[in-house]
Amino acid sequence: MAYEWHRPLEARSLRFTLLTFLAVIVGGLVLLVPPFFLQGTMEPLPGMRPYSALELEGRDLYIREGCNVCHSQMIRPLAAETERYGHYTVAGEGAYDRPFLWGSRRTGPDLARVGGKYPDSWHWRHLEDPRALEPRSNMPSFAFLQRTPLDTSLTSRRLAALRSLGHPYTEAEVAGAERDALAEAERVAANLRAEGIDLGSEEARSEAIAMIAYLQSLGRAWKNAEAGAAGAGGR
Amino acid sequence: MEERAVPVQYDMAVVRGFALSALLWGAVGMSVGLLAALQLAWPELNLPPYLHFGRIRPVHTNAVIFGFTLGTVFAGSYYGIQRLCRVRMFSDTLSRLNLWGWNAIIVAAALSLLAGKTSSKEYAELEWPLDIALTVVWVAYAVNVFGTLARRRERSLYAAIWFWVATILTIAMLHIVNNLELPVSWWKSYSVYAGVHDANIQWWYGHNAVGFLLTTPILGLMYYFLPKQAERPIFSHRLSILHFWSLIFIYIWAGPHHLIYSPLPDWAQTFGAAFSIMLILPSWGGMLNGLLTLRGAWDRLRTDPLLKMFVVGLTFYGMSTFEGPMMALKSVNSLSHYTNWTIGHVHSGALGWVALTCFATLYYLVPRLWHTSLYSVRLAEAHFWIATLGLLLYVTPMWISGVTQGLMWRAFEPDGTLSYTFIETVAAIRIYDVIRAAGGAVFLSGVFVMLYNVARTIRQGSAELPAPEPGALAMPVAAGGR
Repeated sequence: MAYEWHRPLEARSLRFTLLTFLAVIVGGLVLLVPPFFLQGTMEPLPGMRPYSALELEGRDLYIREGCNVCHSQMIRPLAAETERYGHYTVAGEGAYDRPFLWGSRRTGPDLARVGGKYPDSWHWRHLEDPRALEPRSNMPSFAFLQRTPLDTSLTSRRLAALRSLGHPYTEAEVAGAERDALAEAERVAANLRAEGIDLGSEEARSEAIAMIAYLQSLGRAWKNAEAGAAGAGGR
Repeated sequence: MEERAVPVQYDMAVVRGFALSALLWGAVGMSVGLLAALQLAWPELNLPPYLHFGRIRPVHTNAVIFGFTLGTVFAGSYYGIQRLCRVRMFSDTLSRLNLWGWNAIIVAAALSLLAGKTSSKEYAELEWPLDIALTVVWVAYAVNVFGTLARRRERSLYAAIWFWVATILTIAMLHIVNNLELPVSWWKSYSVYAGVHDANIQWWYGHNAVGFLLTTPILGLMYYFLPKQAERPIFSHRLSILHFWSLIFIYIWAGPHHLIYSPLPDWAQTFGAAFSIMLILPSWGGMLNGLLTLRGAWDRLRTDPLLKMFVVGLTFYGMSTFEGPMMALKSVNSLSHYTNWTIGHVHSGALGWVALTCFATLYYLVPRLWHTSLYSVRLAEAHFWIATLGLLLYVTPMWISGVTQGLMWRAFEPDGTLSYTFIETVAAIRIYDVIRAAGGAVFLSGVFVMLYNVARTIRQGSAELPAPEPGALAMPVAAGGR
């Protein structure tokens, strides 16, 4: 009988287990290890900075609410995508994304380059009631973010953790993270008021403010790099 | 071997516990899935902050994968391993730690996910304290299983055990590597990997969660319970060997097919697509080994709902493992990625292959665990038809909806502008979301039929039996017994 060679293996559980482990580890080693050593897999874009304190709070709220479950942040190099969403996503843009938020299902549109596409006040109204702006939208309302005060007690620790993972925050930025976040929130709130949103003092310090700051930051690194390259190339 | 003459008392309490918890989590997880499906069609059903789609979708996936599927796998493997090794599990304490620890983690997972404590990585959403707890419980299971294998009184390891061994090792590896994260607080952490690296590692995990949570352990169930129910040996030992080794070796390489057209280096994407195509062969090897086991006994399909479930399960396994590699082709992926086609594909595997095989396993186990016969074979038969109808009602509209939206996204006018706004593509697929929810509701109603049948079976039976379990009498350890 063929396959008699396999019989002794079936009788040796330790040997069988070790061979199984060998079989499942090879593919992972080949696929996962080299990218860390290959040049160009993921250097930050030129002039790219990590998220500001408020943007980072917003990003963590985006994760908390599972926005990534319905919105991708990865534009594929296909004409239909670049036409709809802008330049395709490049590796360096993700250098400060922990975790990555590319998503796997576009129940809603891609957000990789949504920053600057709409005014802050649009986002405020859209979070409050998506169907007031687009009756066919199936997005949940996130009005509760506008009523929930932004908790900045962990902001410093968030930046410190990311700094220890290599994000280029200065010590002063880590130490002043909470103050910076609140100052930035005031700027966003002032802008919302200027755009005609009647903000109460609690709303002006709400989680929605951080969420808007984050959404408006999406795609900025690429835009800046592109502007820089155009500027350099033009002279 | 002084205990040779003593009857083996298998530990069936842990099997009973997992069989019940699996059923319970199945009902809960699929109910949450139904709510999520309804929310897509009727957004007013979102109840923020806790019960909106973004938070409950991971509750659905975690409950059905870790609560229902793995619960059934624990039940089936604890049952099968003791019999295949002819010894009681290595440690009752570890068995109990496994049962209670695991279910406590699922409860904590559901609550923490509703509270928004998530790492966002699909099927690995749990935050770091639960990741550690899960590792501890998994290691307890591993020690328990390997301890039992070491003490076994049967010379050879049967194929079902190979698949469970591969599951234990691979899931441990995937879980630990993908969840390395730096804690900020008790319920917040940052991945130690960023951007492309994080995506690469997550989908190595994510794809192999499909491979080693929804495929290999279910194949283990199939290898043990299908021949038992059919009362004939597995078709081919040679085929078992071939497809086992090729399946586990090839599966691991296929993860990058989730990242086609992404910034992941091209060579990695190509590996992912190429190995996905190769996966057809070992996958179909498993399907054929199962189906051909019934050669000469096909007539029993007419009267045996369990065999019906196994056979339709294997057929859906074959279909979704053909569909998956097709979706890994760049040209198909450019259309299917990000659409409901993916969701339809997953559910043809998850409802068709995984859930039906788990149902059949639980229907096999429950009467034996409570020392009686199934309360109603006709209700089980009804469950089979309800589940199949629900499955088709679910998967078919998802295909149509996925292709529709994919085609609309890429449609251009002659002047080079896009034909449809995004919201037009959302509106176009709403009707399919409604039908899908109906399909899910039908499938779920089958689970409630099963719950009733199981409850009546347990009521007419008894966990305790004065005499030792049938078949548990110590075998006269024959040649080769060690």
